[in-house]
Amino acid sequence: MGTLVEEIFSRKAGREVHAGEILLVDVDTIMSHDNTTPLAIKAFREIGKPIFDKNKIVIHFDHAYPAPNLLAAEAQKKGLDFMKEQGITQFFHQGVCHQVMIEEGFITPGAIVIGADSHSNTYGALGAFGAGFGSTEIGVAWVTGKCWFSVPQTIRIELSGATQPGVFAKDVMIFIAGELGMDGGTYRSIEFGGDYIDRLPIHERIVLSNMSTEIGAKCGLIAADEVTLDYLKVETRAQGTYEQIHPVHPQYEKNIAIDVSTIEPQVACHPDVDNAKALREVEGLAIDEVYIGTCTNARYEDLEIVAGILQGKTVHPHTRVIVTPASAKIYKKALQSGLIEILMDAGCTVTGTGCGACIGRHGGVLAPGERALTTMNRNFIGRMGSPLSEIYLASPASAAAAALTGKITDPRPYLA
Amino acid sequence: MGKAWTFGENMNTDEIIPGRFNITIDPLELAKNVFCEVKPDYAARVKPGDVVVGGQNFGCGSSREHAPVAIKGSQAKCVIAASYARIFFRNAINIGLPILECPAAAADITEGDEIEVDLATGKIHNLTNGHVYQARPLPAFVMKIAEAGGIVNFLKNHDVQELMA
Repeated sequence: MGTLVEEIFSRKAGREVHAGEILLVDVDTIMSHDNTTPLAIKAFREIGKPIFDKNKIVIHFDHAYPAPNLLAAEAQKKGLDFMKEQGITQFFHQGVCHQVMIEEGFITPGAIVIGADSHSNTYGALGAFGAGFGSTEIGVAWVTGKCWFSVPQTIRIELSGATQPGVFAKDVMIFIAGELGMDGGTYRSIEFGGDYIDRLPIHERIVLSNMSTEIGAKCGLIAADEVTLDYLKVETRAQGTYEQIHPVHPQYEKNIAIDVSTIEPQVACHPDVDNAKALREVEGLAIDEVYIGTCTNARYEDLEIVAGILQGKTVHPHTRVIVTPASAKIYKKALQSGLIEILMDAGCTVTGTGCGACIGRHGGVLAPGERALTTMNRNFIGRMGSPLSEIYLASPASAAAAALTGKITDPRPYLA
Repeated sequence: MGKAWTFGENMNTDEIIPGRFNITIDPLELAKNVFCEVKPDYAARVKPGDVVVGGQNFGCGSSREHAPVAIKGSQAKCVIAASYARIFFRNAINIGLPILECPAAAADITEGDEIEVDLATGKIHNLTNGHVYQARPLPAFVMKIAEAGGIVNFLKNHDVQELMA
């Protein structure tokens, strides 16, 4: 009996657990990447005990890969040397860690996955518990195979209705961030449900779970259903049989109901994710860079929307338009289907996979005074480079419309 | 005793230490740029024993441990905030940066106040205005980690099961 997060932890604990309990439980998978692995290695060395089970460990190089400078190169060499030394073979550099984790089948309903990355909440879209942790805890989990958790209270967000044309999960999530605020979900499990969710494909559900981080949530869960199980079978290497865990007589701390049919295209304005506005309120604001990428919105379907808008057209001459597919699998599919050619013909710079410009170290760094419209999940000051630059967040469709006009533009007329 | 450095609400990890500096894990290197965008004089002028004071949701944003490591590297004695973002809270405890949650202190302390903190009791004394604040006590197992100076030190001498014992 309990909320989705209580049900997941009850299965792990082998007894019924409730919010507020502190548990020490076995984790299924421990994820880290090039940015966070070095500190995990440091903690691991200091503890001085062996790895508990190397098959639980997955390491990605995605934040700055291939290395854009000497320091990054040195950090990655250190990571690779460690993996060789310890016999860790689950090593990936085929895209943003969270997307590759899903593709490679590490994310399954009911799994507990801890990641040294704040957007590990992404895994909630498939009914897994995913949460972000610091590197030290990752090094600790390498040694113990365990992690302590305080079972969180749950805020249920019931989403009903159908979105208007040109409105996507990204718009819905920016709207939610605006309503709840950046600390609206702190320490909480956010449980997304309702008939909107029931009909929502996984690539869109991922956007909601991914950005639950932006309202401070510990996790952003969506109960696994037939849509989830079909996706796992078709799109990932997870080929087992999985239980559809659902909330059972849940006691929610708070219930929020939103009719998504009332939401219009949204933009999270500089410099906070909860600075959400209807796109029309900021329409016309000049954009120097459009960045379509990241663990939030660079999946095949996102690229398809962008290519649909840009096909046969040319991007604004003074706007850099950068497209970074989330994974090699997505890149390859987009290459084979002709999407990449459409994007390149329109004047986009298509880069290799990974986190790209989102972390401000390579692949589209912003100069002082520049403004970007991106499909990213956060827009903090200085994130993409200069602290004197500005970041606005929106859907891939809104990003594509801005790419054409060089300013924030309603995407709906372009989505014929 | 130390001087208070005050910061606003929702201090995010990029404001504590921007991503472009996270190419090192050296606390002293990171400390050179800590708070560089929101308080550019902090890194050069902070003294051992000073305290960082924040508002609600301190440390929100990325999971980067570089943020508490950078603050610890700056020799600040502790952080006092009205509340913390989840990952920052865990990270600070895990790396041994003392953090106190105290909305009254966070609201009352102003930049430059002389502050005395007793980490063991959670008592915070503002010598400038004479006010005394009591921080919320931390759960027992969190105290075990904090007293060991961080989770790594704890595990050197204990089994992980002892955390919950």
